[in-house]
Amino acid sequence: MLKLHDLPAAPAPSRRAFLGGTAAAIVIGFSVGSGKSLRAAPLPDLSGVPAKPNAFVRIASDDTVTVIIKHLDMGQGNTTGLATILADELDADWSRVRTAFAPADANLYANALMGPIQGTGGSTAIANSWFQLRKTGAAARAMLVSAAADRWKVPASEITVEAGVVRHAASNRQARFGELAEAAAALPVPAEPKLKDPSQWRLIGTKVARVDSAAKTDGTAIYSLDIRRPGQVMAVVAHSPRFGGTVGRVDDKAARAVPGVLDVVTIPTGVAVIAKDTWSAMKGREALVVAWDDAGAETRSSDAILAEYRETAKRPGLVASTKGDAAGAIKGAAKVLEAEFSFPYLAHASMEPLNATIERAADGSYDVFAGCQLQTVEQAVIAAHLGVTTDKVRLHTQWAGGSFGRRATPGADYLAEAASIMRATGGKAPVHLVWTREDDMAGGYYRPTVYHKLKAGLDAKGAITGWTHTMVGKSILIGSPFEAMMVKNGIDSTTVEGASDTPYALPAYHFEVHNGREGVPVLWWRSVGHTHTAHAMEVFIDELAHAAGADPVAFRLGLLGGAPRLSGVLKLAAEKAGWGAAKDGFGKGRGLGVSAHESFGSYVAMVADVSAEEAKVKVNRIVAAVDVGIAVNPDVIRAQVEGAVGFALSSVLRNRITLKGGVVQERNFDTYEPTRMSEMPVVEVHIMPSTTAPTGIGEPGVPVLAPAVSNAIFAATGQRLRSLPLDLSGLRGV
Amino acid sequence: MLKLTVNGVAHEVEADPDTPLLWVLRDHLDKTGTKYGCGIAQCGACTVHLDGQAVRSCQTRIGDVGEAKVTTIEGVSGRVAEAVQTAWRGLDVVQCGYCQSGQIMSAIGLLSTTPKPTDADINGAMDGNVCRCGTYQRIRAAIHEAARSLA
Repeated sequence: MLKLHDLPAAPAPSRRAFLGGTAAAIVIGFSVGSGKSLRAAPLPDLSGVPAKPNAFVRIASDDTVTVIIKHLDMGQGNTTGLATILADELDADWSRVRTAFAPADANLYANALMGPIQGTGGSTAIANSWFQLRKTGAAARAMLVSAAADRWKVPASEITVEAGVVRHAASNRQARFGELAEAAAALPVPAEPKLKDPSQWRLIGTKVARVDSAAKTDGTAIYSLDIRRPGQVMAVVAHSPRFGGTVGRVDDKAARAVPGVLDVVTIPTGVAVIAKDTWSAMKGREALVVAWDDAGAETRSSDAILAEYRETAKRPGLVASTKGDAAGAIKGAAKVLEAEFSFPYLAHASMEPLNATIERAADGSYDVFAGCQLQTVEQAVIAAHLGVTTDKVRLHTQWAGGSFGRRATPGADYLAEAASIMRATGGKAPVHLVWTREDDMAGGYYRPTVYHKLKAGLDAKGAITGWTHTMVGKSILIGSPFEAMMVKNGIDSTTVEGASDTPYALPAYHFEVHNGREGVPVLWWRSVGHTHTAHAMEVFIDELAHAAGADPVAFRLGLLGGAPRLSGVLKLAAEKAGWGAAKDGFGKGRGLGVSAHESFGSYVAMVADVSAEEAKVKVNRIVAAVDVGIAVNPDVIRAQVEGAVGFALSSVLRNRITLKGGVVQERNFDTYEPTRMSEMPVVEVHIMPSTTAPTGIGEPGVPVLAPAVSNAIFAATGQRLRSLPLDLSGLRGV
Repeated sequence: MLKLTVNGVAHEVEADPDTPLLWVLRDHLDKTGTKYGCGIAQCGACTVHLDGQAVRSCQTRIGDVGEAKVTTIEGVSGRVAEAVQTAWRGLDVVQCGYCQSGQIMSAIGLLSTTPKPTDADINGAMDGNVCRCGTYQRIRAAIHEAARSLA
């Protein structure tokens, strides 16, 4: 294969200084907003990033153009979008475009919004790649044009490119990309290639079909769980039933007697049973007898933790943001409203449970096959656990069967575990670690449980006078490698994002936060802090609108003068949903609710049409409006919002992870049931036209669903259901 | 040794008769298109056809398969299968795609017995197939689209 350039054979050894065996192997900084969340600051101007044809594109002699994808595609469709961006500037023939996942190499593939880290999260894949891939495509195109100009001895300015063919009309000559690639590869990379005017885009903004549709509909797409290396063995691990518990005594006699079981080894996170196949490993684990040491374990129930949060909220916390005398303004108000919201732990429950394969090569280096989401961190952690330098660890990122954040643990938990097994077994055979559904669901790293307490005043005219707001929740970032850059004065931006930086023009406000300290591992869960802050903010603002006797849309718009893009989607969603007219036609027990929220630089509003009766809710229809800047692939954007509704709905209606005596109660889909087909509302998505650089849409559809549904239930029944999941048992018929 | 016919090919498998068909397909025969999702018949990711009937392979012991012909996503074929897969691609149903083998096998099962399914028929046949990405709206549209193309 002729290539513009070869990919480097092995990633450069960039970082070696790790603390052996610990999670905090590396210090990471998001480059945005100096400690604030991504949404708090405008996205930085990334137009200065250099073109990197060597890293991102290969053109073969058969004219195929392979775009290298530096991100994980966990279903959000970024592979298609990223390839589209590059291919458009390259003027490639889309039917000849292929994709391949990049190796781990932070020098080449860092996420421009995550500093020196290669990783996927915060809905940044398209946003951070926009200029990089456009410039790369344009540079590669310019190199192909130069190669043709040299070959034909004509001025480059007279050459045109269309659908993978380079042409000189005056001399009636043309060449395919594959014929020019080798000569082009020898040319210097232009520093500032000319980017297309948007009017010249042929792919961007159109419905380019997903590159993964065919392979994901005939069983040929390979996920991490489908990896089959020659001679590989399967491993399952018995974990402590309580977080922080450790292995005490092990009796593995019966386990070893199970046919197919090859070995039983104790590792830092539990006891691994290794077998010829998955079923034998699972049977072996059932026969294992382990006494756990709970000395350092979390033994409280989730109810007790939440009760403690309620008490904590009564004490002064860390001030996340403040303006004026909010408490005084509330004291002098004509009307005062108070509300509290609680949110449970939530499991990501991706359809593909966590798993990874590690194989030792003859030279002592390792190949890792997994749904890698934070490659730089993962490579470092695996290397530390294997006792080698990072250059000895090659990551092979696979299609991921969902993640919703779960595959991006700062400590690379399940990969570290796989590495521990590899080390404990001496690297004799490739090891495929499989977490069963129960392991995955009970394995922690949940969306934190969070408590919100709000108070606000209205004056006689119905205007907000002041707003106080206290949040209690365990920080995701404190104690992680991200802490140094993303936690300021003890305040984790991912706990308060979407609340303390509210776009509503409040005359006085005071936001406080307390960091929970329980021993339950927590993590980002599709839209992170916004999963709870948007709900508390958007339900409470709705309560204030009703208390003020105002229309909920008009009330919000009156406070969003400084947020034109958020106002824009709110107006668009209301208009498309027939706000005003439609709800007037509803009988009792049916209502419309609205919400609007910005997350990760993207703006989404939703109007929910909900029917409610005694102890029962049916979401009939969702009308959404989104502003994500330039819509690279409108159909994928629509799909992400449709999917966000389906994903989030079960957390609105029923999902919660509960602990009793420290033990997780929900272990499979019978007790933690995702949304099902019959519950799925009709979802209509409207995209705001824009000329602004694109932001992401993997997450921003999620936060607005719950408040829109809750507000619609109020419209239908006059009853406020605040905490999530909604307590429908208290819902009376109307 | 147990005999098993998968996608028209006879296999001999050395496994306990209690072993779920799912793990025989995935680990013994390398047919990894059939997915493991829950192991307790709650998600449908493991759906295959036994003599044309959609079943959850995680709850089907290989000892009980007998002479029945097993069809997986890799081997499913015919007019209905083609219509379903074409509709799935045309509407870009998939996101992560992990559940879609099972969704497609269930949809083929539905359309084989109910050529013009109503929304209620679709709910009935597809409620056992979980899609955590929430692609249900497109799955429903694709089933209707496949039914139209078969009419």
